[in-house]
Parts: sequence; structure tokens; C-alpha cells
Amino acid sequence: MDVQHASNSKVKVAIIGSGNIGSDLMYKLLKQPGHMELVLLTGIDPASEGLARARSLGIRTSYEGIQAVLEDPTIQIVFDATSARAHVRHAKALREAGRIAIDLTPAARGPYIVPPVNAGAYLDRPNVNMVTCGGQATTPLVYAVSRVTPVLYAEMVSTVASLSAGPGTRQNIDEFTETTARALEVVGGAQHGKAIIILNPADPPIMMRNTVYAIPAGEFDEEAVIDSVMQMVKEVQVYVPGYHLKNPPVFDKLNTPWGRRPVVTMLLEVEGAGDYLPRHAGNLDIMTASARRVGELFARRLLEVQQEVAA
Amino acid sequence: MKAPRITDTSLRDGSHPMRHQFTAEQVRAVAQALDEAGVPVIEVTHGDGLAGSSIQYGFSRVSEMDLIAEARSVCRQARIAVLLIPGIGTVHELQEAKQRGAEVVRIATQCTEADISEEHFEIAKKLGMEAVGFLMMAHMRPPEVLVQQARLMESYGADCVYIVDSAGAMLPHDAAARVAALKDALSIQVGFHAHNNLGVAIGNSLAALEAGADQLDGCLRGLGAGAGNAPTELLAAVLAKLGLNTGLDLYKLMDAAEYVIAPIMPYQPIPSRDAITIGYAGVYSTFLLHAQRAGEHYGLDPRVILTELGRRQAVAGQEDWILDVALELARSKQADSSAHYETVSAGGKEVAGEANTPRP
Repeated sequence: MDVQHASNSKVKVAIIGSGNIGSDLMYKLLKQPGHMELVLLTGIDPASEGLARARSLGIRTSYEGIQAVLEDPTIQIVFDATSARAHVRHAKALREAGRIAIDLTPAARGPYIVPPVNAGAYLDRPNVNMVTCGGQATTPLVYAVSRVTPVLYAEMVSTVASLSAGPGTRQNIDEFTETTARALEVVGGAQHGKAIIILNPADPPIMMRNTVYAIPAGEFDEEAVIDSVMQMVKEVQVYVPGYHLKNPPVFDKLNTPWGRRPVVTMLLEVEGAGDYLPRHAGNLDIMTASARRVGELFARRLLEVQQEVAA
Repeated sequence: MKAPRITDTSLRDGSHPMRHQFTAEQVRAVAQALDEAGVPVIEVTHGDGLAGSSIQYGFSRVSEMDLIAEARSVCRQARIAVLLIPGIGTVHELQEAKQRGAEVVRIATQCTEADISEEHFEIAKKLGMEAVGFLMMAHMRPPEVLVQQARLMESYGADCVYIVDSAGAMLPHDAAARVAALKDALSIQVGFHAHNNLGVAIGNSLAALEAGADQLDGCLRGLGAGAGNAPTELLAAVLAKLGLNTGLDLYKLMDAAEYVIAPIMPYQPIPSRDAITIGYAGVYSTFLLHAQRAGEHYGLDPRVILTELGRRQAVAGQEDWILDVALELARSKQADSSAHYETVSAGGKEVAGEANTPRP
């Protein structure tokens, strides 16, 4: 690894993809750089508004996509906000070039990462995946229940404003439900996961809403579940300030395939920070905020490693 | 006028009032009776489509894949249809449904969101299935918007696009205007799916037919969400009286309604006060039982919950908003009654207990 960075310097990062997600992430990295320095934003369309916007903010841009990233050996962390298909190619090229890839597409070449649950576990990996916006919103709540009592089944229903569901989500809506359901199991700790997404065209646009249901496997302490969930909400608020429950968890008995059982229901609302995208686009906001958070953890880790090498 | 093709959806829309508890035996009996009465297409799926079995909508008693196979096994001429709502079900369930005997798929989206269905139409056509587009909650948008959305579905390979009055909120002229606009703009067939919340399911179906609809939906005894759908046996009678040859056996359908469906129905869907409210407020018909349950639990009039959902422009499938709204209404009701208590006690009168008196 390049040792020319002094221990007090920042880690250079780049964004591939100049669409909504890439642009919002750019604003977040400029507003709150932490241990990162955004040095490049690349796209594939020379006429892209996103690239023009980045240039006006003094960020170097390129319309040669990943090539521009590969040509700059000082870039250590790369956020990929393109598409699943493009990321499959990018993942290979970035790995071979020794760069860390934080994948915001549904390609999932690396492990799913949800900051307050498992971010620390994968900081030695060359590629991590940010699941889906709904996965970033709801997996922490399922985990908050499963760390207190085993969860037999978890279900999430994500309702997002039509205006904030981009072409990527629309063309691959099955990928959203399948990936999110898997993340509820793999990261959230549920034995069975299920995900539903609904697009709502109401005007004015609605805030991103998620309902999370969890069926505990056995007897459990309601107070302990409430405490764990409220604690988790605070942990997510550290990097997504607009993340809040509309109500404390509700407990109810329902008929399920496993007999009549208590069900925990959590009503979550995510208001975007309004960095670039409108406030109702909490789904995109939580994605970019989580990615920034993961980038920061990788950057700190790289700086520690470099310090050790220097010493 | 050409006779419309009838799809019976007792075993799909009827899954809502049945609380998704259909048994294999019931499904066989209904499918067989419909098949013998000459119904050409029978829809069998969880009420909310493939993979609808969930906490959000209610769990199925018997796997819908098994029910599809059971229905298929007793049909001699009828083809089995399934409902697929992208965002709930995926192409994987569609592939399985095809293997279990489904030949028609109805792909449903909120009437403004047709572009999430492209992949599903593509796979359906690859599987060799007939693919029908369903524009749900179509009362919420004017004909010109529906035309744009229907054109998308046509471009994805749809064989037909339905105007779906999921809220039972349309009057006959609304149904006619929407169907006519699609007929004008599309080169494929157009269908209409009615709900009876305002008591005009048959009237709307007839208006749609006069406007050129090629396909209509019904349920035996109207067994469907909200106040139910256009009763299939009633459609058959009305169409016969219009002199149209639908190929349906009216007496056999009336018998199927009387002897097969009626004995297993948990209740007869009618435009009850809550169902009328659904039609009037323009909310999803399947909210009926969920809103009644929340109303009972939180001591609220279901009509107040349903009206508020309409004001918030809730769309198809948003059953979780019912709890959300009920909790908010219950909170503001509590705040109201304690405010009332304070005001009255500030006047120095002894009115203890008044705070708990239900307000009108």
C-alpha cells in the first residue's frame, strides 16, 4: 500500500456514478469528510448534470468511468453508485488494482454491510455491499430484536415516494425484495425474512416509511425488546439524523404459520437530510449516509494500518 | 356489442373476505363448478397476489402453489390465472406458478407505476403465458395518465390492460371514460375490474362494456374485498339479457353461487357502512377488515380511519398505514378528551369520569 500518506493525512476516495445517489454522496462527503478526501467523481456521460455540478464545486471529474479511477493510484476507496451490471465489472478491476470498493448497487459481490450491526466485521474485505435502502433502514431494527430474543420471522414493508424511486429500483424491483429479505436473515438474524416494497405517488410526496414486523421464536421480555430497539434507533441517528420511530414498538398476538404468536411491530419514518435530494427521499439519504459511514470506518482503519507500517 | 371474456376471481379476490383461509377441498369445488359452467379463466392466488402470504396482508392457510395445482387438476376447459403484484411477488414465484399449472398472469401495479412491471411481462411472455396488465386504484388518475401507463404495459408485451377500480370508487361515467380512452390508444384488449362499494359494480361493468371493454371480472356471490366484486352469476344473467353469447351456463353459475360458494362464505360482502366509506373515500377495498380490526382494538370508528387514509392518498397494499393512522387518531382522541377534562374542571364543576366518555 502507498506509504506516502502521512499518518495525519486523509484517505483519498472517488465516486463512480454521477446520478442521484452519486451526487447526494458527494454532498455528504464534502459536508462531513471525516478522514476522507473526495478527489474524483466519474461518470460515463460528458453532458451529465452530476459531473457539471461536481466541477462547479471544485471536484475533479471524468466521463471515462472506472478508467479514471484506475489511472489514479492515490485513490484507495471507491464508492460505486452505478448499476449492478456495471459493478460486476468494476468489482474485478478494483480488486485487481488493490482498491477498496463500497458497492451501493444490488450486485452484492461482497458481504452485506449495515453500519450499526456488522460494519466492524468486514473492514479487511476488498469489497462490501450496502444492501438496499430498505435494508439499511430495517435490518438494524430486526437485529435490535434478535440480539435480545431469537427471531423466527421478520418482515419489512417499505413505502417510498414514487419520485424518489429511480430507474435502477424500478427496473429491478425483484432484486430489492430478494436482497432485502436475505439481509433480514443474514445481517438481521431472523430465521426467515420477507420484504415488500410499495411506491406511493401522493402529492406532496410522502416520507420514506417502513414497517418492520418480527415474530420472536419463544418467550421474551417486552421491556428488553423496547430498550434494545430504542437504543438502536439512537445508534442509527448518529449517521442518519432523520431516522425515527413514529411510535414505540407495538405488541400484538396474531395467527401465523407457527400458531398464534406475539408479533412486534415497529413503524419507522426516515426523513432525508436534504443534502442534495429532497427531504422526502429518505430512502436515498439512508443509503448514501450509510455508505459514507462505512467509508469513514475503512478510512480510519487504513490510516491505522499506515501508521503501523510507518512505525 | 361483442361478448366479453369473463375471468372469475372468487379464488383470488375472494381470498380477502376468506382471510386467506381457503382449503384445498374448497378450491377444488369452486374451480370445478366454474369450469363446468363454462368460465374460461379462473384466478387462484393469495388475495394480494403471489407471495402475498405475510403479516402485512395475512398468512395463507394452504400454500397458493398447492391451491393453483388443485384448481388446475379439476379444470377441463378453464385456464388458471394468477395475480402478481411487483414489489410483493417476484418472477420466481411466477415461474413456480407456471409449473404448477397457471397459464395466465395478471400483473398489477398502482396505476401510476407501470414501469416497475417490465421484467415481469418479459418473463411471463418467455414462459409462454398470457399476460394481462392491471392498473390498480385507477379512480385516482384521469384517463390521459392511465393511457400513458397502459401504453407502457403494452410496450412490455401485455395482451390486455385492465382498468381496476380497486376502491370501488367509480361511477359508471368514470369507468366508461377510462375504458374508452384505453380502447382508443391501445391495439390490445382492455378489461374492467369492479368493486361494489358504491353499489354500482354491475352498472360500471356494463358501462365499461359499452365503452368497448373486451374482458370483465366477477366473483360468485360477489365474494371479494370491500363490498365485493360484480357477482359472476349476475354478470352472466345481465349479459345474456343483452343478447350476448358469453358461453356461460347461467343456471350452473347460479347453482355454483348458491350451493358451492354461499355455504363457505364467512359473510356476504355488501355495501355496509364501512364498505361505502371505502368507495366514498377512495381507499383500497382490502382495507375493510384491517380497519375494522384496528377500530375495535383502539376504540375508533373504522370510517374515521378509512377517511383519513383516503386523505393521505394511501395506495394499494398499504395495510400498515392503518395501524399508523389508528395509533395517531387514538392519541389525538386521548389528547382531546384530557383537554376536555381540563377545560371542564377548570370551570370548577365535578365531572370526574367525563374524560373517558366516548366523544360523538
